[in-house]
Amino acid sequence: MTSYPLVEHRADVVVVGAGGAGLRATLGLAEAGLETACITKVFPTRSHTVAAQGGISAALGNMGDDDWRYHFYDTVKGSDWLGDQDAIAYMCREAPAAVIELEHYGLPFSRTEDGRIYQRPFGGMTTHYGKGIAQRTCAAADRTGHAMLHTLYQQSLRHRAKFFIEYFAIDLIMEDGACRGVLALDMASGTLHRFLAQATILATGGYGRAYFSCTSAHTCTGDGGGMVLRAGLPLADMEFVQFHPTGIYGAGCLITEGVRGEGGILRNAGGERFMERYAPNAKDLASRDVVSRAMTIEIREGRGVGPLKDHLHLHLEHLGAEVIAKRLPGIAETAMIFANVDVTRAPIPVQPTVHYNMGGVPANVNGEALTSSGGSERLVPGLMAVGEAACVSVHGANRLGSNSLLDLVVFGRAAAAHCARTLRPGASLAEPKASALDPLLDRFDSIRHASGARPAASLRDEMQRAMQRDAAVFRTGDTLAEGCAALGRCRDAFGDLGITDRSLVFNTDLVEALELDNLLGQSLATIHSARNRTESRGAHAREDFPARDDANWMKHTLAWVDPAGAVRFDYRPVQLETLAADVERIPPQVRAY
Amino acid sequence: MAQLRLPANSRYTDQPGRHHAAPTEAARPRQFRIYRYDPDSRAPPRIDSYDLDLDRCGPMVLDALIKIKNEVDSTLTFRRSCREGICGSCAMNVDGVNTLACTQPIAAIKGDVRIFPLPHLPVVKDLVPDLNEFYQQYAAVEPWLKAEDAPPAAGERRQSPSDQEKIDRPSACILCACCSTACPSYWWNSDRFLGPAALLAAYRWIVDTRDGANASRLAKLDESFRLYRCHTIMNCTEACPKDLNPARAIADIKRRIAEGEG
Repeated sequence: MTSYPLVEHRADVVVVGAGGAGLRATLGLAEAGLETACITKVFPTRSHTVAAQGGISAALGNMGDDDWRYHFYDTVKGSDWLGDQDAIAYMCREAPAAVIELEHYGLPFSRTEDGRIYQRPFGGMTTHYGKGIAQRTCAAADRTGHAMLHTLYQQSLRHRAKFFIEYFAIDLIMEDGACRGVLALDMASGTLHRFLAQATILATGGYGRAYFSCTSAHTCTGDGGGMVLRAGLPLADMEFVQFHPTGIYGAGCLITEGVRGEGGILRNAGGERFMERYAPNAKDLASRDVVSRAMTIEIREGRGVGPLKDHLHLHLEHLGAEVIAKRLPGIAETAMIFANVDVTRAPIPVQPTVHYNMGGVPANVNGEALTSSGGSERLVPGLMAVGEAACVSVHGANRLGSNSLLDLVVFGRAAAAHCARTLRPGASLAEPKASALDPLLDRFDSIRHASGARPAASLRDEMQRAMQRDAAVFRTGDTLAEGCAALGRCRDAFGDLGITDRSLVFNTDLVEALELDNLLGQSLATIHSARNRTESRGAHAREDFPARDDANWMKHTLAWVDPAGAVRFDYRPVQLETLAADVERIPPQVRAY
Repeated sequence: MAQLRLPANSRYTDQPGRHHAAPTEAARPRQFRIYRYDPDSRAPPRIDSYDLDLDRCGPMVLDALIKIKNEVDSTLTFRRSCREGICGSCAMNVDGVNTLACTQPIAAIKGDVRIFPLPHLPVVKDLVPDLNEFYQQYAAVEPWLKAEDAPPAAGERRQSPSDQEKIDRPSACILCACCSTACPSYWWNSDRFLGPAALLAAYRWIVDTRDGANASRLAKLDESFRLYRCHTIMNCTEACPKDLNPARAIADIKRRIAEGEG
């Protein structure tokens, strides 16, 4: 093996990822006087948070009556009672302060006539426990994620946070069951860096690129989840993958739910507003899993549009050019570029498209990572996770639109506050044993020199097609079994990986291979967890088990994936109590919109 | 005195690059001529050519680059992420124009598709330029809210829709660097001229009614290089893939200083 000199770094906290959650954590840590290193594989403002469009939810009540308890109810119901009610209560209670904080940071929110933050309706967001339609989603036109990510980066600059940009995190440094830091590759120089820290916060986002068609960026490869699996730790609720109802047909680019929030309507080949049949009250603003299933059924029953009848139409012509220009200018641009559609005149061709991972690193409201052994749960010392990389679980089996940007800032902030409370700045860090690093360097070296027959791109394509086919909107035991076998073959084929770029400077061939390894582990966790869960709940719809089964399955899946690709399971109970005096628990009910 | 001759490993030679032919059954072949620079070798940059069948390729220039990387030559190196024009990663020079590869249709280009890195930046590898100086210029304008008063104890700072409109477009910049690297003044003086992207970022706070630091922001810009190397060439506005107008922002900054604001 090549010997790799390691560049050493020590910090109080190392944050992996500089999207919304990573930046919010980083700036909070810097503000608290903790020495912080934020490692990111792309320049911070290129993280995928930038592509969030519709907005961030918070019961500010700027556009009418609202209460954070209504938001709490909607989120519990949206989660199909798989979300932990204590965590959901925490998030919804903190939401107004978190959004106001962003405004105080200078985020360029759209405004109401009286100068308050503009809020729009969004799917599943109601008032008075489902009776009215809430206007709760705070928006900066249709580029709220862009506005938020840039604002958080600006605040990080203000607090002189230390970034390591275009550093790719390779693996967690684990010793005696504790995380001691992370091994990373500086892409520009090709040098390896060892970061030691009292705490390592994973803010690495989702793994949408496990699928062939997704709204996610090319960089959404869930590197944190991949590292966690290799460290012998579990991921939670990986079977729950959200399909966004309105990805542009073919291109997969996102069309925000805010379009329907502003009055946009889905229609089938007969021109029918079919959501009235599936969700008589909420109609087009039903929860995302509900709309995606309805669309899939419409297409399956022959009412799709286009020559192949394989997609549907999203109409916004009736909103008028003025509303579109003011509230949805980015959508108008995206539809023109990627679908060649002038939205003031014609509908956008759309189809359900993979968008978000409810599953991730199991964590509590402080961001501390969890594992379990022998049926008892414990914290993983030194390891934390926030944002889409984590599973707290505030989204349960299905996330509501505009709750993800909220998740990022609330839990990014909570993780920083937790570190500020529990860590001593400058505390000394013991030198880890060489045995903690050697296997990581071995793995890196073997992938770097991989000389097999399969390019990463072809293997990735095989994996993505299997996931798209077998872990789709609707699933059956048969398709999932086929998927498990197909993913197993992909895992095996990784041994025959070959990369052609042998340099170390900006070697994206190598980085894509490392990313593929991360995707493969998470794909295996996803498809095996889906096969294992014999019920339908939220985004996980089993045709062979169409009903929700609270007696047997109101629990979180924990999945471990071993290096050979074998998956084993354990479970965590769902927290059905709010553990707070100011809000009542929502007992499980039939979920209808 | 400016260095007029490029370093040896930055000069083109007459030596042809590698050619990768299309599959013989290609129905709609098109040649992509791409700048390659391998920092490990001491070789000067070269132009490699790749023939693709457009019938088997997505519509955008980025689709072609990804197809080449996936199927023809995995050493081809470029940045990319969102593929929908919002992250700013895949800015490059296509057919002589700075733009985002992900939103640039191949069909809009006549003849061979020539792809180069953003001009006048050090090249790390192939289409990946070194943007560190560009990022430092952005940070140098202190692009964060500096309010005069503490925020209200409860609720947001108020801002009317018409005041919000002043920051709406300027705050939509994606830091892709298409504008700055299209500017001849920036080419010559990027060490001292802030360039259109950083100046637009400064302007975004100057016109924000919540910000109270106009005097110091304008004073800091009022310097012969930082601001006044802008000679109203307007390449920046022409190049912006998000249809923003940095040239107008710079003109407004100059006007404010001339009128003694701040």
